Amino acid sequence: MVRAMEQYLRSEIPSTPFCPGCGHGILLGLVLRSIHALGIDMREMLFVSGIGCASWIPSPHFNADTLHTTHGRAIAFATGAKLYNPKLRVMVISGDGDLSSIGGNHLIHAARRDIDLKVICANNMIYGMTGGQVAATTPLGSTTSTTPLGNPDRPFDLCKLVQAAGGRFVARHSVTQPLALMESIKKSLSFEGFSFIEVLSPCATQYGSKNLLESAPKIMEWLMENCIPREEAEGLSPEELEEKIITGEWGYVETGTG
Amino acid sequence: MGWRRIKAPLPPGRYYFSGNEAVAEGAIAAGCRFYGGYPITPSSETMERMAHRLGQIGGVFVQMEDELSSIAAVIGASWAGAKAMTATSGPGLSLMMENIGYAAFTETPCIIVDIQRAGPATGQATRVGSGDIMQAKWGSHGDYQIIALSPWSVQEMYDGTIRAFNFAERYRVPTFVLGDEAVGHLRETLEIKPWVRVFDRKKSRGRPPFDSKNPRQIPPMPTFGEGENLLVTGSTHDGHGIRRTDDPKVHSRLVRRLNDKILLNQQDIVDTEEFFIEDAVVTVLCYGFTARSTLTAVKELRERGHKVGFMRLKTLWPFPHERVGQLSQGVEKIFVPEMNRGQVAGEAMKSSRCEVVSFCQTNGEIIRPEVIRQEVMRVL
Ligand SMILES: Cc1ncc(C[n+]2csc(CCOP(=O)(O)OP(=O)(O)O)c2C)c(N)n1
Ligand code: SF4
Ligand SMILES: [Mg+2]
Repeated sequence: MVRAMEQYLRSEIPSTPFCPGCGHGILLGLVLRSIHALGIDMREMLFVSGIGCASWIPSPHFNADTLHTTHGRAIAFATGAKLYNPKLRVMVISGDGDLSSIGGNHLIHAARRDIDLKVICANNMIYGMTGGQVAATTPLGSTTSTTPLGNPDRPFDLCKLVQAAGGRFVARHSVTQPLALMESIKKSLSFEGFSFIEVLSPCATQYGSKNLLESAPKIMEWLMENCIPREEAEGLSPEELEEKIITGEWGYVETGTG
Repeated sequence: MGWRRIKAPLPPGRYYFSGNEAVAEGAIAAGCRFYGGYPITPSSETMERMAHRLGQIGGVFVQMEDELSSIAAVIGASWAGAKAMTATSGPGLSLMMENIGYAAFTETPCIIVDIQRAGPATGQATRVGSGDIMQAKWGSHGDYQIIALSPWSVQEMYDGTIRAFNFAERYRVPTFVLGDEAVGHLRETLEIKPWVRVFDRKKSRGRPPFDSKNPRQIPPMPTFGEGENLLVTGSTHDGHGIRRTDDPKVHSRLVRRLNDKILLNQQDIVDTEEFFIEDAVVTVLCYGFTARSTLTAVKELRERGHKVGFMRLKTLWPFPHERVGQLSQGVEKIFVPEMNRGQVAGEAMKSSRCEVVSFCQTNGEIIRPEVIRQEVMRVL
């Protein structure tokens, strides 16, 4: 399997720039495995990303056309490319800060337009690249380099946000749920219309270190404990659900297209 | 690819158009098939006409959520193979700046039409100004070059837009049509000729899309979906697009090449128009709508026997320093009337050997010929 994946990676790039244990590396592998599972020709794909650690997932690693843009604007660049050449299968992979804060307006408008983009948001609940500042996705109370006394604001529920804006297929999984995540990526690849997958992708370096989750295994364990599939969550009380992250798929799912 | 001659989409003949409509027709004639924009006075007529015209011919029109996304979509479409444009005015141009720098750094052909209004800030939205000359050149961070044209008539809004697309495709550079409210809303006769010369970006399989040995030469530009595994990035990159963000040599080479590819080719880009220069004692250096008032004023001054010359900048960037320098050796003064606080006058001072007299009017109104006449009389 690992050898089979090599065809999707640029041989001239020796390694990824991610910290050991970074969730983004796992997500990188899962995106490629999903593409492999569907037998999609990488020449049909265009990967667009913004700025941040997450934006380095496709660029320069993927052996395909990649467009590494400015901070927050990946979806807008992708919109132009997709509208002009609808034959391209366009996937946007970027961070939570990139897609939901500086780029939040493009996210909701692309969902409203229902343009056929497969958006994957690598959510580490922090601005990783710039040193761990608070993001629009940082949990209430978390310590960050710009909220030394704890984050006073509530985070976005990105899936609800995108659904409310008109996104017909949204999903949320953690990189600690690889099979479910791959299923959703595969669905989004064959879904015609705007799709959005929020991927909990841990950053021990910038988020964990300030929130008692300072090693990759610790933050992975935390995710495994706190990410609950929506089917399981249905039986739990509000108290039991406090601080839990509900994962799964929402919205209309079309199969067999694309 | 390269130069080709095509039939003009509109039947040849005389039309009565506004400048902003002529921009749209010029764009269609040049092969523009993607428009992404956001409404703003005094440029919206271009957008509305593009919505209509691209719909007729199977192009793509999208009204984006703001100007940041408008220029982003234009750049995305350009890499997907489109000749692509946007049109805006000052506030929108300010929002586009980061991505214009991105387009310059990634060598993305694209057209930005800026119909200047009286700024700063919201200023006088419906009134004329030309305060964006420096922003067009220097508005994004870092050192880069762009090309900018300065049309003075409806005819030049049409011809100049075609030219702008050809420059953008040929030099892989963001190219501006720096109009102003007066020329955008001016209505006059436009002559459509039967043929249009257009340039299409060059492709060459496997060759590095972001480097060339000879800095005058423009690297080939492949398109997404052609199997070229394109790596497009706004980070410092080598010839193949691979990030080299800590290599001083790569960064220095890239920045120099992006500047050189325009500056070393400026003979081919820079364009001026001159009348009554030979014996002139004072020459009026002008551009955009103000050049119309200037020409009237200069003719009147000549009729009264004053040795006044006229030099119009049809292109503003790269700035025609060489020509201004030559001109300044034969005259006592260069007089520069502008609807800003002396942006071009300041630039002209860099190369002028004689005194440069700046005349600024920033009241949201065009500079009238009699004002120019009187002001020139004072310095004669
Ligand atoms: C316009 C602009 N503002 C700020 C920055 C600095 N910046 C770079 S990456 C980043 C945050 C990225 O966070 P996220 O998208 O969550 O990605 P992560 O690094 O966490 O994976 C910021 C603020 C920038 N590059 N451009
Ligand atoms: S800083 Fe965080 S997000 Fe960035 S590479 Fe390191 S672990 Fe990953
Ligand atoms: Mg992040």
